[in-house]
Amino acid sequence: MSAFQAAAGHGDANRLGLDPGWRDRQPLAEHAARGAVSKRIIVGYGFWIFLLSDIIMFSAFFATYAVLVGQTAGGPSGRELFDLRNTGLQTACLLLSSFTCGLASVGAQAHRASWFYGAMAATFILGAAFIGLEAREFADLVARGAGPTRSAFLSAFFTLVGCHGLHVTAGLLWLLTIMAQMFAKGYRADILRRMLCFSLFWHALDIIWVAVFTMVYLMGVAT
Amino acid sequence: MNLSEQHRDIAPGDERLDGDEHVEGIGSYLIGLGLATLLTIVSFFIARTTLVWQPSIPVALAVLAIAQMGVHLVFFLHITTGPDNVNNVLALAFGVLIVFLVIAGSLWIMAHMNHNMMPMDQIMQMQR
Repeated sequence: MSAFQAAAGHGDANRLGLDPGWRDRQPLAEHAARGAVSKRIIVGYGFWIFLLSDIIMFSAFFATYAVLVGQTAGGPSGRELFDLRNTGLQTACLLLSSFTCGLASVGAQAHRASWFYGAMAATFILGAAFIGLEAREFADLVARGAGPTRSAFLSAFFTLVGCHGLHVTAGLLWLLTIMAQMFAKGYRADILRRMLCFSLFWHALDIIWVAVFTMVYLMGVAT
Repeated sequence: MNLSEQHRDIAPGDERLDGDEHVEGIGSYLIGLGLATLLTIVSFFIARTTLVWQPSIPVALAVLAIAQMGVHLVFFLHITTGPDNVNNVLALAFGVLIVFLVIAGSLWIMAHMNHNMMPMDQIMQMQR
């Protein structure tokens, strides 16, 4: 009987859902037996697949934006609307938050409380600053009559950039729940796996932002 | 490190470390932050400069953005070319292929339709 079968036949209470934490207590879960793969790798890989599918969804928004960027319906174009100083600040916030998120995951691995909570708090503040700057920009555009209903270009712009902003907002909520879980439950393996997924998510959002600020803002102003 | 350990997989985002892991871990994030900051500053500078031939600017911006995404992947997400990372890289390669097909395909098809279709007001004329 292989180790996998041994783990799979481990009591009927598990299958009935009476013991939701049973997977984490399996000997297989944390220390891979020879030939088996640790749970951290499986979870990370699965989340990586999700992130790639999320990026593919973003690629559809990018394609829409690229097709519609010239369709301003007589309204303002990106060159007249975009303020690169604001975009630069947003970029700095998100890049630094990506860095502090990396520090937080190192701190969590090392079980260093002040390091982990400090870096997570910094990540939250920088992410919230990013969202604040974006909200201010959107409000300013709408106030100037350049809301999403003005032209196909602006509809595509608000959809693409707003979708990224929603992802960052969701990431901020997730960040708070992970801090709370780490505080309440300690550096448990399952919480550390959630931290791994969160940091993957946050870094992926920064990668998407690189595409956004290049394709939307910089190319919009340069050409 | 024996052979079976060498070919063990690694989760995306995790780094295989030898020696003091905290220093190693932070080192890669520091390098990534430095390179990404440099590339970002160059991108913002290029976008507004008048020093270079103007049509070359979008190409330069695209190259810089792809380079920065690579920096993020390697130094923040720790996606490497090592044998422990084959699964992650293959999944990434498939994702990049689909992204390329969606974006390039959309632009190609829409440019052709723009080129081949009669202007809208003439279509309206014919329908009268």
